[in-house]
Amino acid sequence: MWQAFVRWFHKWSSPKWFYTMSQPWSFWLGWAATLIIATALVWGLLFAPVERLQGNSYRIIFIHVPSAFLSQAIYAAIAVLGLVGLVWKMKLAFFVAKQCIPVGASMALLALVTGAIWGKPTWGTWWEWDARLTSMLVLLLLYLGLWALHNAMERPESGDRAAAILALVGVVNLPIIKFSVEWWNTLHQPATLKFTEAPPMHTSMLIPFLMAILGFYLASMAWVLMRTRLEILQRERKSRWVEDELNRFSEGQ
Amino acid sequence: MTLLPLLSSVFRREMQLAYRRRSDLANPLLFFLIVVVLFPLGVTPDMAKLAEMAPGVLWVGALLANLLSLDLLFRSDYEDGSLEQMLLAALPPTSLVVCKVGVHWLVTGLPLTVMAPLLSVMLGLPGSALPLLMLTLALGTLSLSLIGGIGAALTVGLQKGGLLLTLLIMPLFVPVIIFGTGAVQAQVAGLPWLAQLAMLAAMTTGSLALAPLLTVAALRIAVGD
Repeated sequence: MWQAFVRWFHKWSSPKWFYTMSQPWSFWLGWAATLIIATALVWGLLFAPVERLQGNSYRIIFIHVPSAFLSQAIYAAIAVLGLVGLVWKMKLAFFVAKQCIPVGASMALLALVTGAIWGKPTWGTWWEWDARLTSMLVLLLLYLGLWALHNAMERPESGDRAAAILALVGVVNLPIIKFSVEWWNTLHQPATLKFTEAPPMHTSMLIPFLMAILGFYLASMAWVLMRTRLEILQRERKSRWVEDELNRFSEGQ
Repeated sequence: MTLLPLLSSVFRREMQLAYRRRSDLANPLLFFLIVVVLFPLGVTPDMAKLAEMAPGVLWVGALLANLLSLDLLFRSDYEDGSLEQMLLAALPPTSLVVCKVGVHWLVTGLPLTVMAPLLSVMLGLPGSALPLLMLTLALGTLSLSLIGGIGAALTVGLQKGGLLLTLLIMPLFVPVIIFGTGAVQAQVAGLPWLAQLAMLAAMTTGSLALAPLLTVAALRIAVGD
């Protein structure tokens, strides 16, 4: 049992294995995500019932909440991958962590923009210096800082490790985002979904909502996988198998 | 050799270096003064409004002045190779980092704190708020130096690290400034302020425990290349 686990774990240190395996995975995850998100959005935006207080403007929740979820989940993933990379010296973990950054930053930006659009009709303002909004903005700045650090380093290997350390420090921000609405109790409403209680949403809204969250998770995974494949090709370009792979491409055309 | 003589020799060396670069030390203080002077010119000279903004203005000024001086924390030692020797020495590297950051606080954070009352009078902050302002600045700048040390170590190997350092570290300074200004503003408004002060102190002690470890890890990356 333990032996099998160790063997499985060691496989992850091989970029070649990951490259081969990730091709079908990114393909199927991408298609599943497209279908699920399309269904969720058509259902949520067109067929789900109108909300009693907010009218139709609430429908942006089907994009806003999933992207906000993902922006935090991806940051946590970057920190965990960074720790794995630092502790077990696994370069593949660094590759994935690096390519998570633009995906997570896009999600944070999407959450902020959709939040602003939602804020205008419901709160009467595009932006408020509310605890949740400010800490999401800080999260976006953390993502941008990580990316800038990667680009500033001459050797990509030192960029990997430096960004991992910075990501670990930035984890402090995650609980602040999560609990900001409870500690400060400002404009932003508390979480809709809780593990401990039944969701306060009607089923006809809840199902497309959960589907949208699942779809965003799958889409982000597919996106990270695709980006990581390119990162592997670039970083491992001196190895034999990448040369073969690239030759296979150029011959195929 | 035991730890203490080594540590005190490092401390003396740092203080001596700081003393010989006096003009570098004056720069953050002048910067602090100028930032604070710009606010009445740029926003409003109305004393009542300035008094309301004063805790925030003083904190932002102190934070920026601290940030400005952080780039020098490890740079000269890195460039002449002594940092590498220090990391190889018998001294535990975390205590070296604590020593260097401590001296940085003594020559920037502490003078900024001492200077704050003068500037707060210029901004019309009520005198009763002064002790708490100085206490939060003293605690806060120590925490800023400790957290900033991680950023300084991450960017020490880069030619133009200064601007990048700002981008990396500024988001991490946010909680410190929230609770630092929060405590002073609460006191001015006559509200309880102990909770904010306790949070600030917790952040300072927390960063004292954790930041040196991460700073050492970052320095090893810079030196290893």
